[in-house]
Amino acid sequence: MAFSEEDFQVMDSIIKRYPRSRSAIMPLLHYVQSKAGYITNEGIEVIAKVLQLEAAEVTAVSTFYTQYKPTPVGEYHVGVCTNTLCAVMGGDAIFNSLKDHLGIGNDEVTVDGKVSLEHIECNAACDYAPVVMANWEFYDNQTVQSAKDLVDAMRAGNPPAPTRGPNTLGTWKEASAVLAGINDGKANEGLQAGTPTLLGLKLSKEGK
Amino acid sequence: MTTMQEVEMISLVIDGFEVSVPKGTLVIRAAEKLGIQIPRFCDHPLLDPVGACRQCLVDIEINGRAFPKPQASCTIPVEPGMIVKTQLTSAVAEKAQRGVMELLLVNHPLDCPVCDKGGECPLQNQAMSTGQGETRFEGVKRTFQKPINISSQVLLDRERCVLCARCTRFSEQIASDPFITLNERGALQQVGIYENQPFESYFSGNAVQICPVGALTGASYRFRARPFDLVSTPSACEHCASGCDMRTDVRRGKTLRRLAGDDASVNEEWNCDKGRWAFKYVTALDRLTTPMVRNSDGVLVEASWPEALAAAAAGLSTNKSAVLVGGRATYEDAYGYSKFARIALGTNDIDFRARLSSDEERDFLAAHVVGSTSTYRDIDIADQVVLVAFEPEEESPIVFLRLNKAFRKRALKVTAIATKLSIGVEKLKGEFVKVAPGAEASALSSQTLTNKSLILVGERASESAGLLSAVAALAQSSGAKIAWIPRRAGERGALEAGAIGNLLPGGRPVSDAAARVDIAAVWSTQSLPTDNGKNANEIIAAVHSGAIGALVVGGVDPLDNEASTQMLAALDKAFVVSLEIAPSAVTARANVILPVAAVTEKSGSFLNWEGRPRKFDAAVADTHNRSDLRILSMIADEMGRTISLATVTAAAKEIASLGRWDGVKSSLNKVSVATTPSLSPNEAIITSWRRLLDLGTLQAGEENLAATSRRTVAVISSKRADTLGVKDGDRLTISTQLGSITLPALVEEIHDDAVWAPRNSRGSELLSQLGVAHGAVVKVAKA
Amino acid sequence: MTKLVPVLSAHWDEKDSFTIEAYTRNGGYKASKKALAMDPDAVIQLVKDSGLRGRGGAGFPTGMKWGFIPQGDNKDHYLVVNADESEPGTCKDTPLLLANPHVLIEGCIIASHAIRAKHAFIYIRGEVTHVVRRLNQAIEDAYKAGHLGNGIELVLHVGAGAYICGEETALLDSLEGFRGQPRLRPPFPAIAGLYARPTVVNNVESIASVPAIIENGAEWYQAMGTEKSKGTTLYSLSGHVNNPGQFEAPLGITLREILDLSGGIRNGHSLKFWTPGGSSTPLFTAEHLDVPLDYEGVSAAGSMLGTKALQIFDETTCVVRAVLRWTEFYKHESCGKCTPCREGTWWLVQILRDLENGKGTEADLAKLLDLCDNIMGRSFCALGDGATSPITSSIKYFREEYIAHLTLGACPFDPVASTLFEGASK
Repeated sequence: MAFSEEDFQVMDSIIKRYPRSRSAIMPLLHYVQSKAGYITNEGIEVIAKVLQLEAAEVTAVSTFYTQYKPTPVGEYHVGVCTNTLCAVMGGDAIFNSLKDHLGIGNDEVTVDGKVSLEHIECNAACDYAPVVMANWEFYDNQTVQSAKDLVDAMRAGNPPAPTRGPNTLGTWKEASAVLAGINDGKANEGLQAGTPTLLGLKLSKEGK
Repeated sequence: MTTMQEVEMISLVIDGFEVSVPKGTLVIRAAEKLGIQIPRFCDHPLLDPVGACRQCLVDIEINGRAFPKPQASCTIPVEPGMIVKTQLTSAVAEKAQRGVMELLLVNHPLDCPVCDKGGECPLQNQAMSTGQGETRFEGVKRTFQKPINISSQVLLDRERCVLCARCTRFSEQIASDPFITLNERGALQQVGIYENQPFESYFSGNAVQICPVGALTGASYRFRARPFDLVSTPSACEHCASGCDMRTDVRRGKTLRRLAGDDASVNEEWNCDKGRWAFKYVTALDRLTTPMVRNSDGVLVEASWPEALAAAAAGLSTNKSAVLVGGRATYEDAYGYSKFARIALGTNDIDFRARLSSDEERDFLAAHVVGSTSTYRDIDIADQVVLVAFEPEEESPIVFLRLNKAFRKRALKVTAIATKLSIGVEKLKGEFVKVAPGAEASALSSQTLTNKSLILVGERASESAGLLSAVAALAQSSGAKIAWIPRRAGERGALEAGAIGNLLPGGRPVSDAAARVDIAAVWSTQSLPTDNGKNANEIIAAVHSGAIGALVVGGVDPLDNEASTQMLAALDKAFVVSLEIAPSAVTARANVILPVAAVTEKSGSFLNWEGRPRKFDAAVADTHNRSDLRILSMIADEMGRTISLATVTAAAKEIASLGRWDGVKSSLNKVSVATTPSLSPNEAIITSWRRLLDLGTLQAGEENLAATSRRTVAVISSKRADTLGVKDGDRLTISTQLGSITLPALVEEIHDDAVWAPRNSRGSELLSQLGVAHGAVVKVAKA
Repeated sequence: MTKLVPVLSAHWDEKDSFTIEAYTRNGGYKASKKALAMDPDAVIQLVKDSGLRGRGGAGFPTGMKWGFIPQGDNKDHYLVVNADESEPGTCKDTPLLLANPHVLIEGCIIASHAIRAKHAFIYIRGEVTHVVRRLNQAIEDAYKAGHLGNGIELVLHVGAGAYICGEETALLDSLEGFRGQPRLRPPFPAIAGLYARPTVVNNVESIASVPAIIENGAEWYQAMGTEKSKGTTLYSLSGHVNNPGQFEAPLGITLREILDLSGGIRNGHSLKFWTPGGSSTPLFTAEHLDVPLDYEGVSAAGSMLGTKALQIFDETTCVVRAVLRWTEFYKHESCGKCTPCREGTWWLVQILRDLENGKGTEADLAKLLDLCDNIMGRSFCALGDGATSPITSSIKYFREEYIAHLTLGACPFDPVASTLFEGASK
């Protein structure tokens, strides 16, 4: 794909957020993913150009961070937390069953391009363990069955809404645009907090 | 900064010994001062500290307060009252170092028996001193594809890498070429390039040299030798006037590699890739080994030395003769040519500038350059540096590194008066004063400098009439210093040796009777020729007019001049004695060919642009090849007009006994600026310079090096591109009456009137193909 | 019995708690108005007096950190909020920002005023799309309402998956557009931080605590907590408990108290080991149920308060498996800069994997401990140290369990028993 004049305008506005242009490299990489789906060579060269860097310097940054993908991922990128707590409580079982169910391994994509799978580290939702992320939206308190149902629905084109997130699950590219700082108007959708988040407050109101 | 600053000294105790070092010194170097070697990998005295490898951990306490854990001695500056315990006196430091060494080897392939670094490897050496004999690691090592080319010249073996980041820091901090970076992270972190952009830095070899393991290797040395099979000789680089200290490593009479030497006042510990990797010409060129004489049938035939010397002497004795000596001669050889011209030939008709030059330049050299004392240090302390007809990265790379250091450390302001913005000036974030070719002088005159400023003027200044006059005027009005930086290694030495028509050795004006008396006394001669000699172009013209009948030519490429056809015709016409290392356009036309030694085969010195002697010994012994000086001395003997310079030592001694001229220098008559031509839409003014890596003779046979050279392009401004309907990558034809070249176009920052192409690169040999290189009107068209 | 005191979490149960309307309705943006009318030094003094300490793990006094910023130096100053919440077990800032992003924004306004910063940044981890939405919307709304943009600019910077960026100097390098690898210190961020300018880096919870302190005064805050650990904080309970979640309480509450009030260990099981503040803090066991969870109490008992991430594991959990997985995490997240952490975690994982599979001898435990000794305190930053904590502490408390693996030649635990759902297969 080629980046359009409008894309360059957006990139320019991203650069302008910062006192020094190089700081924009991370949102620009997210932006490249929102357009190309992953970090393409073209994307690296475009960023190098707009930030007046060498392409090698952009590569050095993009390969450091695991969210920047060197190859295409699925329309729905599924991350199963297999850090200790989630793993022990069922994350390992969920991850293994999804691999079997989808017929793909870690960091692989289904042939239809719909779903990719990654075992991820702690995603700051331990009180909702075991946790599955899809395009970095929360799917809390998962089981083997709920996770299989989730990816089946993705492949069928109608994934359920995240547990704590917007009313519908967006695509990988749409999520990448949000991470690049582009407002998709969905901030007010979804819960303000799940039950565990509110447990202390509730108990306090009960006098504890 | 002009006076020496008081250096505050700090005393501390290391392993029980007190040592006093300047404030700011790092602990690891304070320990070196005591002879205590703390093992290290990432530490390098010329790179910013990083503290990454953790090999240099020591225990430190300050005023009775101990750091809770060992500290990296390469990152901690000394402080008063500091007590340091290294591995020699601290069990904790000792264990920490052994622990780190063990970890460094966990993923190292331990393939020393097949590694080029084996025998001179800091990892190998320090594993012996600081490691344990047996590894406790029983697991699986990280593996990578074995060496990958990160350029045609540099190979990377990621398995051997200890990730000290010396190479990446060098590329970024010293060369400003961040083409190699650390990529990925954790145990998969690795040095790498962006896949479509190889590590094509002019300085890439330094990264290889400072690699403390065998991870980076140069293609040309790979698997060639063991360090202990090599004989190393300190040497000086012959490729340019930067004056790098070098080391030449030879095995069985053949140079296998050259390394940057360590001279803090000149090249620090760096050099450029040309100096490092262009040495095969000595053996690659079809070397001349036997004298040849043109027989009565006009055919060159092999001759004995006595025959050849007799033939040369006869031809030179019976003709009015002149000397053309190229800018690659050593100081002593140039002195030999200078004395030979005056004593043996009785003439001042000698010129070392067998290139584009002018009389304005000759006067400028006599008035402002010979004997001048500008140095690298002046770059370090300048408040501003102005580049005039000079692209340091291409034409004197160590000057570029020094400018870059001052830019990075203290934001030195650099101003380039130039027709085109160069990569080097961009890296220096230099102010680009864009001028039309030929209009440099007026742009320069409007600069405001101080007596702390420095004007670096290149040899191309002679190509713009009035420019050197403007340099002199600006220096006079502002008090700024001038440094003239020629491209070739021998030019400053040749100037000081008087291998030019208006000067005798030591900067003595030919026109000054007292100066002539000085020289005549040392040379034991009654008198010396009194008139200023002809310049190179006048000598050629005189051959055509019949005023000169013979030429002594040494190290000259006739294609280096715009008037190459006249030059070749003159060589055909005159009786030519050629001193050369390999067949050339000159030897093909010579009457007598006398083979001479290459730089690595003889001793001597160059004077770099500073005028600083760069002495070297023969790195390759027993080649039987003689220096130019020795051969000139033999011809003179044969002519019965002895110059008594049988050896380099004799010449050096005589030069020293002459000393410098302390009388009045000749002055420069102001030359006025030529008017800029008016152009029709399909015309432009040509401008060019030589790239560091190009078709230069001394780069012959270095294919790996050549493949890292910059792309040959024709550069035009966006305005001209619009006029011509040309975009980046389209092909552009530049033509003159002599010929034309067609190159890919590149739209860049360049004066709208100008078109730029490299002067001597593949597909763009301007002097021979177009007959012009700067300032002339050419036709441009979309191909 | 310590009582829960919701301050940060007081209004989280209102459906629209994340909106500017709700925040204002509940008294939001009054504190910043009050603070902006104060002398910046007075704000710093108030925060110093409150006793607020950093909630990101190290517990450094927040007011003192602000006081380190040189004043009148004619340089730009920066505030950077560390929202890169990634320490395993830690899950407090993320729900806070989902439920009430404006409290952080108001805290940023106050802190920026105090340290004379015109520019503030929130560095948030990239793996939380909806939190990014909420924060960006909140910032937009705060600009519209005039809280931002009148002398204080606030930019949300989204990370991209690197635990190390929670280390403050790595975070700054990342924010400057480089690889997130830690920097040499000195210079410290207070002198040369973001863009080499004086910079304060604070955790989300620390900054979010500031508006209430300004509003209610230092004495109010001082009155809560213990002698040296003042105020309230979020404790995050997770794992094998009946009711996981967020519990805001004065510092010094014990795990026993939290378990008692929340419903305890999951039915039919018993506590085996737990982390007081994330995986980098040495493990505790049932013997530590009554350790006061404040900075000093946890430290005295041999661990660290960290992020108050209370991960609870019952007797069905294999400690070797748990430690192996954490070690794999550190290996994955090691930035690669320094040798001990990069190579050490590579090696540790291999040894632990063998041990979990019942391969090796008791001598391997000694080797493991010696290796930890060669990493701990030898690495460039605390990541390497943290990697050794679960290993050394687990061997301290569960050496027999390691040996049981070797005796059996396999892991003696059934992983299915630890899962939360029926019929899970390995």
